[in-house]
Amino acid sequence: MKFGKVLFVAAAAASVMTAAAQAGTLEDVKARGELQCGVATPLPGFANPNADNVWEGLDVDVCRAVAAAVFGDPMKVKITPTTSKERFTVLQSGEIDMLARNTTWTFSRDVNLGFEFVGVNYYDGQGFLVNKSLGVTSATELDGASVCVQTGTTTELNLADYFRAQGMKYETVPIATAEEGAKVYDEGRCDVYTTDASGLYSLRSVLAVPADQVVLPEIISKEPLGPLVRHGDQQWGDIARWTLNTMIIAEELGVTSANIDEMTSSNNPEILRLLGVEGNMGEQLGLDSKWAYNVIKTVGNYGESFKTNLTDTLNIERGINAQWKDGGLLYAPPMR
Amino acid sequence: MSAETAQNARRSGGASLFTDQRFRSLFYQALVVGLLGAFIVFIVFNTAQNIEKRGIQTGFDFLSAPAGYDIAISPFIEYTAQHSHGRVFLVGLFNTLLVSALGIIAATILGVFLGVLRLSPNWLVSRVVYCYVEMTRNVPLLLQILLWYAIFLGLPSVKQSMSFFNDTFFLNQRGLILPEPLPSDGFMWVPIALIIGLVASFIFAKWAHKTQDATGKIYPVFLINTAMILGLPILAFAAMGFPLDFAYAELKGFNFKGGMTIKPEFTALWFALSLYTAAFISETVRAGIQSVSHGQTEASEALGLRPSWTMRLVVLPQALRVIIPPMTSQYLNLTKNSSLAVAIGYPDIVQSFGGVTLNQTGQAIEVIFITMLVYLTISLVISSFMNWYNNRVRLVER
Repeated sequence: MKFGKVLFVAAAAASVMTAAAQAGTLEDVKARGELQCGVATPLPGFANPNADNVWEGLDVDVCRAVAAAVFGDPMKVKITPTTSKERFTVLQSGEIDMLARNTTWTFSRDVNLGFEFVGVNYYDGQGFLVNKSLGVTSATELDGASVCVQTGTTTELNLADYFRAQGMKYETVPIATAEEGAKVYDEGRCDVYTTDASGLYSLRSVLAVPADQVVLPEIISKEPLGPLVRHGDQQWGDIARWTLNTMIIAEELGVTSANIDEMTSSNNPEILRLLGVEGNMGEQLGLDSKWAYNVIKTVGNYGESFKTNLTDTLNIERGINAQWKDGGLLYAPPMR
Repeated sequence: MSAETAQNARRSGGASLFTDQRFRSLFYQALVVGLLGAFIVFIVFNTAQNIEKRGIQTGFDFLSAPAGYDIAISPFIEYTAQHSHGRVFLVGLFNTLLVSALGIIAATILGVFLGVLRLSPNWLVSRVVYCYVEMTRNVPLLLQILLWYAIFLGLPSVKQSMSFFNDTFFLNQRGLILPEPLPSDGFMWVPIALIIGLVASFIFAKWAHKTQDATGKIYPVFLINTAMILGLPILAFAAMGFPLDFAYAELKGFNFKGGMTIKPEFTALWFALSLYTAAFISETVRAGIQSVSHGQTEASEALGLRPSWTMRLVVLPQALRVIIPPMTSQYLNLTKNSSLAVAIGYPDIVQSFGGVTLNQTGQAIEVIFITMLVYLTISLVISSFMNWYNNRVRLVER
């Protein structure tokens, strides 16, 4: 058995042959001069290249924020679009330093795959998109439908669970990327498209006739989407986690990219700690003392990022993604 | 170098050992083997170390865990989301074998046909085939698969399905819907009759061959055998009182219920693989036929053999030994190319097991390793069969 195991590892090793160095991601990133960040294959609102071919979106902003924290420059990021299928392998193998790709935080991904989720940047849930002409008003009427679903996702598993629980049958039409899914759905290969509700809104915006599409009221799962890093490098995990928290706390404290310079002379000690005027939090992370200042100044706080990327373009409401003070779920631990 | 000086050199030892050819070759071989060994050891340890560092759990336990996702196409075994990842492996394997086997059959028939047509004295026919071959084999297969898929998706929607033969067959962008055969009692005699027919025709062919060798008398073997292989099952079918019903499909809600559906993902992949490989096979066949000296054809015509006999008895047997080896690699290519299924979501082994299972379990090394083993095994089986066949048809040298 032991021999078999060795043989097996030997034969397959080529697929994971990467530099052994993995503690010290921060040093690697600094030495390289840029952050390598994995995002979704174009998914409007979350990760999408604009007309000038610059990537933008809620997830891309997390990448930019981490780059701003490390380098003070949000553009020092190499964005790598990944499919739902390859995203974990790419992160595991060290091709990217972090993954911000509307990825659901689950037990097995956190524990078994050797990753560490650093927080949640979008609270989502799985829904269904159908054409109005079908006359469907509820997901319980979908018996016998053909359903387009991205492979290798939690969506795929929830879909099977939901239809089984409802005692309904369906035909699964596996697709690899959201772009391809939009095409196949538009062609009519499937009646229903299922993914996280945010993804449905994003998808709807690129369909032939967005107005003809309706998102059904049922939300069938919890999908906390968040950025993740490889397990084992605590320092790097902390940097990613607190960069995200910084964006959330900044919104809570009312610090925006516009008013940040006035805020440096605020009376609120929490703001002063956040902006590195007092305390040595940057040093503790192994970063510059103005790391959080750079994040907010160049990328903006969470609310700003949400508004530009999701509300203004896709009409997505804050909903449960509002701050806890406004009745939402966003609740970052205190910065102290 | 004389034996004496070589011995001297060896005795003096040290650097002069290198002047000994035997020692030198042993040394370099050992060096190469050693380096290769060190490289393998490095890879193994590096991988093991990385896996451990990243806290990835390894092992094959995931194969018995429930898969949790559905697969649209599983014609041979029952599969639901509650089945295990091991079952997914089987479903994927069967789907790969299905499209490869049907692809090989279609590509061979079409390829041989085109190869012969390419040599047709009719200018138009040979030019048309020439254009087909050049266009097909010079466009990447992936694009052809996507093209066929796009064509099938361009068919009418479910609600506007084309219907044939009094609403028994339907064609729409979600596939070709056929009535499902439901055999009742007594149907089992039909396959039994078929087997009897096959065995009988095999024996008859041997006997006819022997008789021809001994007496020169020729029987219409092809006709008689066809009659036996087709006639016996039909006879059995009729004798049992036609024990076969059909379940017809009906449009209900979103899709057709009942019947069988041949999905566009399968058809697109099958068409693309067959047409692409057929182009290569036709060139192989053409080359094989042209490799047989024209003198052979003229000689056989001079002996008064019919053109069809000339082809079957004189040219083809000699052409086959040229055709078979490259044909083997075409079959291997087709099988491996079937993994492009992933582009259109046909659940072959790479799409289902190598893709979705890999992603859902995260056991990349194990899954890729198993998937590679599968292709290796299939390829080795095909190539040993073809080698056996090649041995049978090769020129017997005396």
